[in-house]
Amino acid sequence: MSTPTLSVQNLRTHFFTGAGVAKAVDDASFDVAPGEIVGLVGESGSGKSITGFSVLGLIDAPGRIVGGRVLFKGEDLTTLTPEALRRLRGNRIAMIFQDPMMTLNPVLRIDTQMIEAVQAHTRVSKHAARQRARDALASVGIPSPDERLRAYPHQLSGGMRQRVAIAIALLHDPELIIADEPTTALDVTIQAQILAEMQKLCARSHTAMVWVSHDLAVVAGLADRICVMYAGRVVETGSVDEILERPRHPYTIGLIDSLPEKARRGESLKQIPGMAPSALKLPVGCAFAPRCAYATSLCRSAEPPVTGEGTHLFRCFHPRSGAPA
Amino acid sequence: MRNSATVFAWRPDRNTTSGIVLRSLFGEPPVAVATCVCLLLVAIALLAPWIAPQNPYDLAALNLVDGRLPPGARGVNGHLYLLGSDALGRDMFAAMMYGLRISLGVGLLSGVFAMSLGTTLGLVAAYFGGRVDTLVMRAVDLMLGFPTILVALMMLAILGQGVDKVILALVVVQWAYFARTVRAVAAVERRKEYMEAAFCLGLSHRRALFSQLLPNCLPPVIVIALVQIAAAISAEATLSFLGIGLPVTQPSLGLLIANGYQQLIAGFYWISVFPGLLLLVLVFSMNIVGDSLREALNPRLQK
Repeated sequence: MSTPTLSVQNLRTHFFTGAGVAKAVDDASFDVAPGEIVGLVGESGSGKSITGFSVLGLIDAPGRIVGGRVLFKGEDLTTLTPEALRRLRGNRIAMIFQDPMMTLNPVLRIDTQMIEAVQAHTRVSKHAARQRARDALASVGIPSPDERLRAYPHQLSGGMRQRVAIAIALLHDPELIIADEPTTALDVTIQAQILAEMQKLCARSHTAMVWVSHDLAVVAGLADRICVMYAGRVVETGSVDEILERPRHPYTIGLIDSLPEKARRGESLKQIPGMAPSALKLPVGCAFAPRCAYATSLCRSAEPPVTGEGTHLFRCFHPRSGAPA
Repeated sequence: MRNSATVFAWRPDRNTTSGIVLRSLFGEPPVAVATCVCLLLVAIALLAPWIAPQNPYDLAALNLVDGRLPPGARGVNGHLYLLGSDALGRDMFAAMMYGLRISLGVGLLSGVFAMSLGTTLGLVAAYFGGRVDTLVMRAVDLMLGFPTILVALMMLAILGQGVDKVILALVVVQWAYFARTVRAVAAVERRKEYMEAAFCLGLSHRRALFSQLLPNCLPPVIVIALVQIAAAISAEATLSFLGIGLPVTQPSLGLLIANGYQQLIAGFYWISVFPGLLLLVLVFSMNIVGDSLREALNPRLQK
């Protein structure tokens, strides 16, 4: 395998709040190869979004990246100056957000926003920038792009807005896209369209993508590899098949079991007992131990190291074998 | 069923910005009247040298014998004094046209300068936060702590009289109103996701400030701008009334009111009352137009 587009190594992002240090991301590592889609899956508060923001250097005070490296094409982003990071953002690394209503500027027309985005990184005329915006809209499957360019965000539907947001992200042919739950706010049919569109675009332009989501079902259909995050750590990583067919970490098994599709009609849905721990007060040892049916005293006293074979890695003293229940 | 408002209202295309502005200015009859009044007054101010029946600045053209003529009286040379004349024999109608020209000019210029300065400082304070914010906002607190007229009086006492000095004094007392309002709005907008998305696009600070943040803060700015221009006109009138604003040779509306004030009790009401009424009408209609524009230019309120 060639050098990965993105290599996150032992990333630690902590928030220094009045109530103590919140370890939002605590030792997360994963790689994304060119053209590969990696799904970052976890519950709310597992640190998956913060991981995405850390890559872009968008952690606001009181948060700070306190350790680890974020290698983008071999270059450590955590050591770059703010200005150098700004030149990367939106240009070689793009971001797509969850709610397209909130992320498009409400008082600017689509063309104004897209021309801004083009001119932020390339010196082109307004006319050329507009042409590029038009092409980008057409490439994400927006009908009559000229008309849409003149619209305000509130005049477009949710799906249309998210396509515009994706088109803006694609303006500079980024090498890496970080997508933070971009289909969560959409209905299922639109979600399916956008997922298919993203998959095609990544394959066509060899763009690496990190897809942050809490929805294992969506990620399973879209991604090549999955990283399961829990309490700021990547607890299991592997190809989609490895994760879904042969999950080893009890948390991953719990996640898969709690998918509604797995339950039989009328049967009550399975859930993982307990709550995700607060990032302010992580338990000693394995963070999942308090909710784990297989936890032993070892789990509660020591942190499990990364084990596994090949591309399928996990952090557990008592890995399960075989298919989920 | 069409009500009377719809019959009289003009309904231009609501999809274009110009259409939206036109609708807000002329759509409702009361606002349409205020807009027409504003436009008429601006036109009179612009055209005063050509349409005024007399040049009130040309002292040679004035006839002291024609002093304090009541409205509608004719002078010795047959000149019709439509709104009467003042102690110097100036035609009040002509003097008010010229006075309007000066009042509007001073109000607009100081309003625009104060808006540019205050809006920029308010945006910068909200955008960068921290020490910049503290510095700017404490300066604003300091400015707002003093009574407007007191600061303007002090400034003019130091600088002396003159149109440029009055404008400078008005900018100094008015920028803080813009800065405070813009900062409050921008601080809220700054936290919204589209600004985060703007950072993710790698926009420079200048672009993020002026092309992303500023348009979202504009509706209140437009309203305060019109209100503050009206306030600047009043403040200038007050300063001139107190005798430290504009020079006597260039009478603004305030100076005209001041000129007639002492003769009010003697029954020469027209010297003060007509300029006063004009000032009232001007400030009132500007406030109405400003309010209507605010509602129209906010896309989030559009249906």
